[in-house]
Amino acid sequence: MKEVLKKLQTMFNITDVEQQRENLAFIFVAKETATSVITHLKDYEGYKHLVLLTAVDWIEQNKFQLTYLLNNPESKSDIGVKVLIDRGNSEMESIHHLWKQAKTYQRELREMFGINFPGSPKVDEPFILEGWDGLPPYRRDFDTKKYSEETYFPRPGRSTNDPAAYMKQKLYPNE
Amino acid sequence: MDLSSHKFLKIWHGPQHPGITGNMSLELTLLGDEVMDCETHVGYLHRGFEKLMERRKYIQCFPLVCRIAVPEPDYNEYCFAAGVEELSGIKIPETAEWIRTLVLEMARLQSYLMWIGGQAGAFGQGIIGQWSNYCRDLVLDRFEELTGGRIYHMFIIPGGVRGLLPDGFEKRMEETLQIIEGFMKDIKRVMFDNAVFKKRSVGMGVIKKEWINQYGITGPNARAAGVVLDVRKDYPYLKYNELDFEPVSDTFSDIYNRANVRRRDILLSIDLIRQILSKMDNKGDIKAMTPNVLHWKVPAGETYIRSECTRGEFGYYMVSDGTEYPRRVNVRGPSYTHAVSLLEDMIINENIADVAGLMVSLHTYPPEIER
Repeated sequence: MKEVLKKLQTMFNITDVEQQRENLAFIFVAKETATSVITHLKDYEGYKHLVLLTAVDWIEQNKFQLTYLLNNPESKSDIGVKVLIDRGNSEMESIHHLWKQAKTYQRELREMFGINFPGSPKVDEPFILEGWDGLPPYRRDFDTKKYSEETYFPRPGRSTNDPAAYMKQKLYPNE
Repeated sequence: MDLSSHKFLKIWHGPQHPGITGNMSLELTLLGDEVMDCETHVGYLHRGFEKLMERRKYIQCFPLVCRIAVPEPDYNEYCFAAGVEELSGIKIPETAEWIRTLVLEMARLQSYLMWIGGQAGAFGQGIIGQWSNYCRDLVLDRFEELTGGRIYHMFIIPGGVRGLLPDGFEKRMEETLQIIEGFMKDIKRVMFDNAVFKKRSVGMGVIKKEWINQYGITGPNARAAGVVLDVRKDYPYLKYNELDFEPVSDTFSDIYNRANVRRRDILLSIDLIRQILSKMDNKGDIKAMTPNVLHWKVPAGETYIRSECTRGEFGYYMVSDGTEYPRRVNVRGPSYTHAVSLLEDMIINENIADVAGLMVSLHTYPPEIER
């Protein structure tokens, strides 16, 4: 895996490499070169299994981090390609042409984080949520407590009794 | 597709349908009894686990993660615990590693036993489900005496496990395994040598070898096609490198071979449980020293932990920002690819009567898709 990382560093100008384990590394890639890096890893370096595609919301920096985790079944190693994109107008190139399951991940990210992947099949159709028109719920600024208080009518609590007073009233009603 | 031509019929297969695996549904477009188009619909049990975890401390997440996959919660517990330990730099004691391996193999055994009933039931053999559920109940009894719970165990805690094996556990486990082996012989004869089952399943629902990487297929679905992917062997975790086994595989992934791979996997699991019990030492520390769980700040970083569940590669991608709460936890369930993109494509031109059997043969669980 070290040769692959070295090659990537010279080819795509990658400076940020974190070696988490012997067979797992994370690299930061610019948004413009991300698809080229992923395609290169898939077609020439044997990283042909897309393990997952997900997003992390770094609201303090006003960025979304997309993580493409790629696995090489022969060398048994993983490379996580991380891309930072703006939170405001979040958009990313689609990779549905590389893996068939990528369209499902992208559809979910569109729904849960509001990240657009233009050209990805069915990306605008609801996947898990139906009829949702508010803020995408997996963003950090989505307030779950406020949402549930507004959506579901608060139920009154059960009526409670002081046990001592209740038993006294039961046992000695005339006193 | 021109629905107004009255040639096609649109029907919903699920979410309330005995032939569907869990709470999901397929929107099928039929021409006669042939499936022309399919779309998977999920969202019937979305509980937002990944969001909930962002608002909970690590120890509060621990009883939550097992709810993500109902039939085999232990893989969630293991992946979550291993992720926290790796980020915190904690090494767990050896006895705890053995007990974790045992729990994961028992989870595999009981999940397969439930699946085999579903697969036989989808082709009209109800009796197999009654036998296999009896066997599963015996495994759940062992789980109950080990962990206190039957379905959700909450036994693999960050830092180790919650207890040693009780007295006489090995003997009772051996009795259980012998009963299961006896039933597996009957199931082999009644189900796998049965002409009806063979006629319905051989050559049906084929997964081509080149699809494995295109769709990200893992587990028995890939192994039946001759692509030997087994996390236990490829990326040995816990004590799997000290156990002697070969991953089960076949050459052609149709419904019959996939079922057969899983049947042989049950026998492999039984063998592994025997190996674990004979090799482990049931004494010593079971929990490493951890920080106070109420104020446990996990150092900033990210990692990916994988394990082999009954359906394939099950993984947790965890990001920590150095606080007491996880920044993001993402669950990678194998059903995500099997039940949506793969099923939608492979079901085309199949007969409506085979849809249920085909779905069960992919062994999918919707909670993994929605998390």
